[in-house]
Amino acid sequence: MTTPAMDFTLTRDAFGHLSLTDAAGERHDHVQVVRAFPIAAPDEGISVLSAEGHELAWITHLNQTDPATRQLLNETLAARDFMPVLKRLKAVSSFATPSTWDVDTDRGPTRFVLRGEENIRRLPDEMLMIADEHGIQYLIRHLPALDAHSRKLLDRFL
Amino acid sequence: MLTNTMATADTASTPPLPAPWHTYLQSALAPDESIEAWLTLDLDDTLRFGDSVLVLTGRQLIACATDGQIAAWPLDATFELHAHDHAGVGSLTLQDDTARRAIWRFTLTQNPAALRFSRRFDQVLDALREGREAGPVPAVLCAQCQAPLPPDEDDCPACSGSIDQPPSTWTLFRLWRFARPYKGQLLLGFLLTLAATGATLVPPYLTMPLMDNVLIPYQNGQQIDTSLVVLYLGGLLGSAVVAWGLGWARTYILALFSERIGADLRTTTYDHLLRQSLEYFGNKRTGDLMARISSETDRICVFLSLHALDFATDVLMIIMTAIILASINPWLALVTLVPLPFIAWLIHLVRDRLRTGFDKTGRVWGEITSVLADTIPGIRVVKAFAQEKRESQRFREANRVNLEANDKLNRVWSVFSPTVALLTEVGLLVVWAFGIWQVANNDITVGVLTAFLAYIGRFYGRLDSMSRIVSVTQKAAAGAKRVFDILDHASSVPEPTNPVHLKGVQGQITLANVGFRYGNRAVLRDVDLVIQPGEMVGLVGHSGSGKSTLVNLMCRFYDVSEGAIRIDGTDVRSVPVAEYRQHIGLVLQEPFLFFGTIAENIAYGRPDASRDEIVAAARAAHAHEFILRLPQGYDSLVGERGQGLSGGERQRISIARALLIDPKILILDEATSSVDTETEKEIQKALDNLVRGRTTIAIAHRLSTLRKANRLVVMDRGRIVEEGDHDTLIERGGFYWRLYEAQQRQVEGEVLTPTITPAMPSAHTAGIAAEPALK
Repeated sequence: MTTPAMDFTLTRDAFGHLSLTDAAGERHDHVQVVRAFPIAAPDEGISVLSAEGHELAWITHLNQTDPATRQLLNETLAARDFMPVLKRLKAVSSFATPSTWDVDTDRGPTRFVLRGEENIRRLPDEMLMIADEHGIQYLIRHLPALDAHSRKLLDRFL
Repeated sequence: MLTNTMATADTASTPPLPAPWHTYLQSALAPDESIEAWLTLDLDDTLRFGDSVLVLTGRQLIACATDGQIAAWPLDATFELHAHDHAGVGSLTLQDDTARRAIWRFTLTQNPAALRFSRRFDQVLDALREGREAGPVPAVLCAQCQAPLPPDEDDCPACSGSIDQPPSTWTLFRLWRFARPYKGQLLLGFLLTLAATGATLVPPYLTMPLMDNVLIPYQNGQQIDTSLVVLYLGGLLGSAVVAWGLGWARTYILALFSERIGADLRTTTYDHLLRQSLEYFGNKRTGDLMARISSETDRICVFLSLHALDFATDVLMIIMTAIILASINPWLALVTLVPLPFIAWLIHLVRDRLRTGFDKTGRVWGEITSVLADTIPGIRVVKAFAQEKRESQRFREANRVNLEANDKLNRVWSVFSPTVALLTEVGLLVVWAFGIWQVANNDITVGVLTAFLAYIGRFYGRLDSMSRIVSVTQKAAAGAKRVFDILDHASSVPEPTNPVHLKGVQGQITLANVGFRYGNRAVLRDVDLVIQPGEMVGLVGHSGSGKSTLVNLMCRFYDVSEGAIRIDGTDVRSVPVAEYRQHIGLVLQEPFLFFGTIAENIAYGRPDASRDEIVAAARAAHAHEFILRLPQGYDSLVGERGQGLSGGERQRISIARALLIDPKILILDEATSSVDTETEKEIQKALDNLVRGRTTIAIAHRLSTLRKANRLVVMDRGRIVEEGDHDTLIERGGFYWRLYEAQQRQVEGEVLTPTITPAMPSAHTAGIAAEPALK
């Protein structure tokens, strides 16, 4: 069960679109790179899909790719997966929903509107995923690791 | 037409650029250069939150960063601006014919503005290419969501009514809305309470003369005055009887009142729930909703009939007692009332913790019922995969969280009651001490002290029960909040404020630039489609291509995110929902039969239908004969706990149901997907009767089902990719052809397998659904 490290090449054209050339030398334009487990294992299981949505290549782990490809993948994925990690809750407008939250994330401070308590989902290992009204997902990696103030605020919604 | 557009154009002039950006941009703009459009970007290149702005003028595109740094692209005829979004992040890409020039990102909050910006960009560039002025911004679109505004309406039917205010914390007072119809009863109840409370305060008062005029004189050697004793005891008995009568009347009237409020609250909430869009039900868990409507409303009802009533009585009693005590001896009264502020303070202290605690236990309780609502309908899967232990674990875990929340609550709560009791005892002690001192100083008589002690015995006793009101009030308030959460949720399929009534529906459906987004996923994009009256249109495409969503939008189960759907030229959002749906017949893949007789199920959409009409509909749906074969015919019970019917039979009942309401528009959502080929033929015959003379939109995996369609619309990933009849599409050799070929291969594969009856593919039949091949 050894997967060949890489039997394809990825390139990016001037328009910023990715192209994949497979082992047979066939070129696929406008391919998409997606993570199979964006939360649980972001570096494992990366798939390259054709413009029609068919899988062209499967990368078991990012470290199985050569540095150039890895950089390309990282850049593409960074722009694709937008899941700010909540670092701190500064304030909430009310404990009844909809409520506007003032937060610090790993991508800088922002505020968003929580529509209802059901938009806070519990994931395994004390992880929480919070979806705002526009569907942006905020992640809390490890609930007990948050500071006391944030946890106190959050507790009112759990 | 042109002048008309020009006239309305003024109302949509570009809003001025906010202050900091305005100053930053001064240097970049030529004096005569005007801003055509601008867009706030709330994400930077590295996808960090931060504001910057993108400005379009007639000559250039300018990006201005937070620190005022400016980058400009002079407009070029080869420029294109593309909007795209994924997982909550939108992007605008600027490119010319050789390469990408720039990319900007923003959260979906900015999406409508970004689309508007992009559209304006296209207009400006078109003008540039043709060498003319761009002209004013056309204003027939809603400023907020780009949906075209109905000709004679100022409010956009899509945007109006989207309020984001959280409900007030004084939720219990909002119950007044439900109490108002029973004002009279409430007033009567209040007067009775006043009288009853007054009557209960008479006995302690009578202990005073009883002590001072009878017992103390007797101890001092005087005879007991029998007539006086009879008088006082009679007074005691009389007041007790009066208090009993008044108390009975009061409790009965107020209990009637609170039960009615509870019932009204429940039905109103349920009615409101039924008006919510499918999106709402999709997001909520059944168990939680059920708990809110059943147990939470009951909790509020109990609160009103028992606790609130007791509390009101207690407050009255305290006020009256305080007045009586003060009138007998102000100093002793003052001492008696000393513990009161302490208890009030204690109540205040605990209130917040208790409220959050009860709120939390309510949510946790919802979790427990959710586990049940999840598992019980899915019990076959649970058992088949032998996961009883795991489900039990999940339930145990939910219970553990419930225990934890309650333990925390009880820690606060358990300390609360004994503390109040302790304060009561201390209060009594103070009164005894002060009273003895006053008696010793001959300030008061022994009778006065006895009366005081009798009063405050009741008084503090009530304080203790009053302190309980904190917990039940919080519980009821938390419940009320959860009920009002439902009531406050404005339906995302709102009733129009100025409803337009449809007269004589023809059945023309127009989809103009329709877009729909589910959460952060754009499910439909730029769908334009006109379906003529009486036309049958087949929707074809892979699963997940947006067919069902399109149909749900046409039924108005959801409202479009962008664009508009019109029926005979009228925006569906301006027609009352129920009136609109009267014109729509829906046949689903999994027909749902309610518990009841077959006749009731067929007449579900028109309960007033005559028996003849029901039978006629059943005949047309080819359901008549199998219904007659059932032991009780049309009176056989079906649905949950009812007679078992096969998939095809249920489907034909649902077809009869649709036939009976005689809709102008008919929607068949995979109506024959879940049955075998033989049954499909039966259903097909029924469907043919149904389709006749109606605008029909049919979704089918099996392309054979659509052989009668006038036109096929092929969808892929939320867009219409091809349109035309079967032969044209096959000739084109595009998407439809591939889909068709895939199904043909599947059928041929089956022909080779001897166990399956060969079904030779003709030009329009494709046999078994080729879903695996399509994926």
